[in-house]
Amino acid sequence: MMRFATLIKNPADWMKGAGPHSDVVMTSRVRLARNLRGYPFPGFSQERQRIELLERARPVVEELPEMRDGYSEDYTELSKIRKQVLVERHLVSREHAARSSGCAVVVDRKQSISIMINEEDHFRIQGIRPGLNLTSAFEVVDRVDSELEGLLPYAFDPKLGYLTACPTNLGTGMRASVMLHLPALVLTEQINPVIKAIGKIGLAVRGLYGEGTEALGNLFQISNQHTLGEAEPEIIAQIEKVIEGVVRSEVTARAKLKEDHQTMLRDQIGRAFAILRYAHILTSKEALNLLSMLRLGADLDLVGNCDRSLIDMLLLEIQPAHLQLNAARELSPEERDSMRAELTRARLQSIDGPGSFPTNQSTPGGTTSTPNDE
Amino acid sequence: MKCDVCENEATVFLTQIINGQMTTVNLCEACSKAKGVTEETGFGLAEAFLSPSHRTESDTMEIVCDACGFTASQLKKIGRMGCPECYAAFRDGLDGLLRNMHKGTRHVGKRPSHISAITPQLLPRQRNTVVAEAPPPPPVPAASPPPLAPDIAKLRAELDLAVSEERYEDAARLKSEIESLQPKASK
Repeated sequence: MMRFATLIKNPADWMKGAGPHSDVVMTSRVRLARNLRGYPFPGFSQERQRIELLERARPVVEELPEMRDGYSEDYTELSKIRKQVLVERHLVSREHAARSSGCAVVVDRKQSISIMINEEDHFRIQGIRPGLNLTSAFEVVDRVDSELEGLLPYAFDPKLGYLTACPTNLGTGMRASVMLHLPALVLTEQINPVIKAIGKIGLAVRGLYGEGTEALGNLFQISNQHTLGEAEPEIIAQIEKVIEGVVRSEVTARAKLKEDHQTMLRDQIGRAFAILRYAHILTSKEALNLLSMLRLGADLDLVGNCDRSLIDMLLLEIQPAHLQLNAARELSPEERDSMRAELTRARLQSIDGPGSFPTNQSTPGGTTSTPNDE
Repeated sequence: MKCDVCENEATVFLTQIINGQMTTVNLCEACSKAKGVTEETGFGLAEAFLSPSHRTESDTMEIVCDACGFTASQLKKIGRMGCPECYAAFRDGLDGLLRNMHKGTRHVGKRPSHISAITPQLLPRQRNTVVAEAPPPPPVPAASPPPLAPDIAKLRAELDLAVSEERYEDAARLKSEIESLQPKASK
């Protein structure tokens, strides 16, 4: 089995790889909720029942072809910081990380599949892919699920489908979600109507870390809410169609910003780079929002020599638990802010920055030729 | 129009717009005062109608899941089931609940390969355990309402659940359903 350090040292498959619409869609995730017959759901079971289920199910999960030689850990063996690192990598949910005895997580070597045991349901099987690719994420979890169903007795009802702790997951037990980076829709103040329209067709819009979290760094999660009465491919096709529309709006808004508000755009990106490159204190919120601007700049070719994946890795590395793991100790919020700035300065050294680009043609109000002496 | 709480003539009509859906509550003078709904601050739709003192008898009949001991009131409180068998135990009223949450009430997606479409229900048949005997309905001001038909009791329970989960659109729909079922005579 893989060690925690090995797991974290290697960037996940979805962090390196680019997928369809990677400039706007960060990741596509699909999770299936599954339960076993004859056991109460984790939220209503006793510790010994959870442990009994874990002891029965974990070896089976670890031996699935996809999960072999992966990472598997009992939560009683995991420190708070390590659990939080897994949350920041979207390998486990915040709710699951808050639990301990009777819980475990199994992750495949490529970090593209994670199986949480005793979350709200007995199993949460999650697949994650880069870019807009829900179909591929679903194929992965579907295969793992089909293997597991042959080995363990699932709670399934012909009329109601897969039985889940919360009736909102009943039926397919599937939640398909995409993480979007929408800086241009935010800058042009078109984001609220877009969110409203998405909500009207029965999809949920959330912030970076799921329910009730803020949309930091212009990152938004969109997912289905209905799980009963529709088959999995239909649900996925509907979301992908909606997302393609959102992607088009974002791309149009970016082009318009570059065309009509170039000075404002360059100013925002330049300021973002300057602060990130030279600051000594960076809060998480400030860093996320500035990195969002830098990512936009990289996508629009306004920042020289800037690889998008460098920014995406940095988005992860600057999060509280990753910083603390890196420092190998608990850090106070002040210490974190200073280490975050230090790490960011170091990572951005290789970037030329937006200033290195010649301002093409005449910028309105440009006074480059006549120095202004005052 | 009758009061949503006590069947008297309603004189106070409250309208809330939540998520673009209009929800109305009709109350008589006495009930609106008792609930303090005339004060604009602190008005909670949930408390305003169907507070504990106005529960119907359906609430005191406690259904319990035989497999795990989970109760209907726990379900109502946390909105989650205790175990897979709970879906059979709490089958009554489930369709209404699911209709509000999902596109349909019947699963049409993936099935485990060993379960063919014609397999009989896996779940045991429903067996309700009545824990507490229903006490006589609380005294109600003015003319006492006619005994509720079982359908209405069920809808009231759903309404209660909808209110406690703050699904006000569903609550409004259930309320009008209850109204349409209620005998019009008692005026």
